[in-house]
Amino acid sequence: MGIRERLSGNEAIAFAMKQINPDVMGAFPITPSTEIPQYFSTYVDNGQVDTEFIPVESEHSAMSTCIGAQAAGCRAISATSSCGLSYMTEMLYVAASDRLPITLAVSCRALSGPININNDHSDAMSVRDAGWLMLFAETNQEAYDNYLQAMRIGEAVSLPIMICQDGFITSHAIENIELVEDEKVKAFVGEYKPEHALLGKENPMAVGAYATPVYYMEAKRAQAQAMMDAKDVIKKVGAEFAAMTGRSYDLIEKYEMDDAEEALIIIGSSAGTAKEAIRELRAQGKKVGLIKIRSFRPFPADEIAEALKNVKAFAAMDKDDSFNAHCGPIYAEVCAALYAKGIFAPKGIDYIYGLGGRDVRVESIQHVYAELEKIAASGETGETYRYLDVRE
Amino acid sequence: MKDIVEIRWHGRGGQGAKTASLLLADAAFNTGKYVQGFPEYGPERMGAPITAYNRISSERSTVHSNIYFPDYVVVVDETLIASVDVTAGLKETGAIVVNSSKTPAELRPYLKGYTGKVCTIDAGKISEEELGKNFPNTPMLAAIVKVSGVVDVTDFIKDMEASFKHKFASKPQVIEGNMNALKRSMEEVQVG
Amino acid sequence: MKWKASDMTPSVTWKDLTPGCNIFEGGTSETVETGDWRTMKPVLDMEKCKQCLLCAPVCPDMSIPVVDGKRGDFNYFFCKGCGICANVCPFGAIEMVKDEK
Repeated sequence: MGIRERLSGNEAIAFAMKQINPDVMGAFPITPSTEIPQYFSTYVDNGQVDTEFIPVESEHSAMSTCIGAQAAGCRAISATSSCGLSYMTEMLYVAASDRLPITLAVSCRALSGPININNDHSDAMSVRDAGWLMLFAETNQEAYDNYLQAMRIGEAVSLPIMICQDGFITSHAIENIELVEDEKVKAFVGEYKPEHALLGKENPMAVGAYATPVYYMEAKRAQAQAMMDAKDVIKKVGAEFAAMTGRSYDLIEKYEMDDAEEALIIIGSSAGTAKEAIRELRAQGKKVGLIKIRSFRPFPADEIAEALKNVKAFAAMDKDDSFNAHCGPIYAEVCAALYAKGIFAPKGIDYIYGLGGRDVRVESIQHVYAELEKIAASGETGETYRYLDVRE
Repeated sequence: MKDIVEIRWHGRGGQGAKTASLLLADAAFNTGKYVQGFPEYGPERMGAPITAYNRISSERSTVHSNIYFPDYVVVVDETLIASVDVTAGLKETGAIVVNSSKTPAELRPYLKGYTGKVCTIDAGKISEEELGKNFPNTPMLAAIVKVSGVVDVTDFIKDMEASFKHKFASKPQVIEGNMNALKRSMEEVQVG
Repeated sequence: MKWKASDMTPSVTWKDLTPGCNIFEGGTSETVETGDWRTMKPVLDMEKCKQCLLCAPVCPDMSIPVVDGKRGDFNYFFCKGCGICANVCPFGAIEMVKDEK
């Protein structure tokens, strides 16, 4: 059995970092992820880890530090949010294309403007094409568990990985958590022994190549393959983690989907709120369920299409708007997944919700199911691009 | 969920309402409960109204929203009653606990027709007398534990003593004052 | 070693390309024949050369080998024919001529 504790999501991530004892952390503070390097730097100061803690002057430099360190053969980590993640963007692409399995904790927060410090997914979604693996957590427990699995996954496919949780909602809320014993974490995460590294004197290497058009596309095709290969790795590492802790992890989590006629596709902390809504609606005899996306990159297209094929109506829940006058990213990807599989029966709508910390209530989710029930009955979707809980 | 207790805290930035909500979560956690303790975040300004929340239950609550229909409300600063709708959504079967020198009967007319239990405790006075400073959150914490019964009172006293001993290891004189404040608050809270 | 820089040619497939186009050897420029970029080539007149060695450090490539304090003939595998050596020579010992390939 693990260790019963109560921690905020940020505390849980910092604790996971301590247990893993990585080689280098490059960090610059930004709300609401600031606590992560703050807590971790006390572990460094107390000599509880051997990590080289490098405070830098910007997130661009934080990620550059990680790139240098990881290329040198170290395990490198950072943490950020919102504009900090945006400021890292250039280097995120470099980390992924250099195939460096850096681990980045993200406490998701809205992007400006209007200036706002609260949660939505506009930061993480804006870097969804950077080539990083992206896992999202519903709870502090999942944030911790995902972090413990992160390096195993990233290192297996040579891709960097983001461990995302909802800023404030889970990052700053104290909740129960079951921690894994230090020695079990060490055994599970293992040592990082890259085949090639800049500091390997006997095996020199060069990182950060210039690729002419003759090579660039082959490099990208190889990167795409690593992302495809990651799906099996995520499942395998999740199964191994389940054997150790009893908490199992897959690409998606299906909740009450077996006979569901109306379903949500949702990501992050609001999945828990939606589960409570489902319990109440099920008690009234409604056949409702949800699909929670844990792995957004790689995107579990086949798994979602398979889970949705028998529903009458679904709503993709986007905590971010693509501002394409059409839909958010989850709706776009879910519809593409269904179309690719030749599944055309379910009627689908998109809800933009929870932007900038707009509270997502059990009642908010029940409203969505009520709309889906109407669509299922009439076969008419009406407007597919909708905003939830906005004053009209 | 059957046995869930939901509590909303109203305070002002810097008064320790957030800390009190986290201490309550700790106390409930230590008696084996599932807990949530979280403030509503925004620009941090000393004196501005803030809200914090607790969910305490024997099974994990998966809800990640604010609390709109609390069982209990704690008001750490009486002056908030004029500007914040502190009884909004408060269950009539529940109670509101206010830091005030008034009696419950004197305070009730200011609570917009709330018909549930009204409890008052002069946390400022207790704090001044026992700690020499106005730290109302410790007595308020004790009062809500007493009124709600969400944590066993004996367990709570024991747990808090251990926590103070740990926290104030270098200044043991503070421990006694804090413990006196807790115990007095439990005795002096008026329920009306 | 799994990958050789010399195998990374325009016909390499994505499966055989190194991860991230990273290179796992040092000094791989030794394999790149920059000599075939040349249109003019330097020719050394040993009679006029005083071995002052002003030419060797200004060569932007590796085309002027110096052994035991004396320069030898040009290494045309690398020489791009830039002409800096001819320009710097105080004795007119280096002449740039059209490169007939």
